[in-house]
Amino acid sequence: MSNETTINAPMPGIFYRQSDPDDPPFAEEGDTVEEGDVIGLVEVMKNYHEIQADSAGTVTAFLVENEGEITADQPIAELE
Amino acid sequence: MIEIRNGGVASTIQDTGRSGHYHIGMPPSGAMDPYAHTVANALVGNKKEAATVEMTYQGITAVFNEDTVVAVTGADVSPTVDGDPVGMWEAVAVEAGDELDMGFATSGARAYLAVAGGIDVPEIMGSQSTYTLVGIGGHEGRTLESGDELPVGTPSDGLADLKDRALPHEMVPEYADEETVRIILGLTDYRLTDESREALCTEEWTVTPEADRVGYRLDGPDIEFVEREQPFGAGPDPSNVVDLGYPVGSIQVPQKPIVLMQDAVTGGGYATVGTVISPDRGVLAQRQTHDSVYFESVDVEEALDARDTAATYLEEATDAIRD
Repeated sequence: MSNETTINAPMPGIFYRQSDPDDPPFAEEGDTVEEGDVIGLVEVMKNYHEIQADSAGTVTAFLVENEGEITADQPIAELE
Repeated sequence: MIEIRNGGVASTIQDTGRSGHYHIGMPPSGAMDPYAHTVANALVGNKKEAATVEMTYQGITAVFNEDTVVAVTGADVSPTVDGDPVGMWEAVAVEAGDELDMGFATSGARAYLAVAGGIDVPEIMGSQSTYTLVGIGGHEGRTLESGDELPVGTPSDGLADLKDRALPHEMVPEYADEETVRIILGLTDYRLTDESREALCTEEWTVTPEADRVGYRLDGPDIEFVEREQPFGAGPDPSNVVDLGYPVGSIQVPQKPIVLMQDAVTGGGYATVGTVISPDRGVLAQRQTHDSVYFESVDVEEALDARDTAATYLEEATDAIRD
């Protein structure tokens, strides 16, 4: 049963995998996440906003590098 | 009364602005996109001066405690009422207890929510607009948060007469296509090298993540100033001039250009190399972070014509809504 979805960027900005450079990433490829789990942050207008998984699943790939530029609705991660 | 369940990312109450206090350092604030703000008000029978909720990148979730009519304009935030999708740029009837929910902006950066009767917060220095940097106006001088309760004024028309109003489809802006904003060079564009003055008006600029109601920082080619011995009263940096008043919409270049928007500082010592003309500030306000912007140089005559054209178009839009 393959049911792939993507987690998309809620808004444009800079994408971060972890809350602090010294912290581990919120989620790694292969991790199982629940709906509402934080998988990254987006920085815009000097504020950080959480990017949450809209459904439960396994993160199969991150499609954006840490500190990459993202636009609204851009796929950030693949979820299976 | 409206109860806020989710305040969004950066939502504030705005009207047409706090004019007349610029000389004491008070910026006008007010709706960043006057067209979307005014059309939202017209759709629900309000005067253009009525206060709306301006939402950036993400809409709010709100519950109404009485039957009313609302309109959402500007950036597309996919509004729903009790889960059912409703249109943008049209009057929408809501009943007491209904929940209006909006998502993230897919096209454009700012959306406006107007409610019949207007958001009825106190006027501070002649305006209901929020100026968050000093915490005045709007709701407690700040962005909206879950649990806030916003008073609503008395609607002007019978609510029943409002519910079929809509902006004609051809008058709905296509924000994705609007990347050119017109500027008048000056006040101190003489400080730029000829190459940089040329680059300002021909090269592509990109909106950075630092772009909000105060200013839009842009990324693009390096801007260079003519070498000179700095005059008395100007700072040591080549971008410094003797202090001057900053026009709203002016472009300063501390390193990367910043276009000063509705909540910006009113004066200082940076060279302002151009000013975005007032009818195009709303266009810039709808550009998202990472979107492109091109500056087109116009003269004062063209700028005045553009302002008249925009005012006439807005009048046509509000007339079309009322017919």
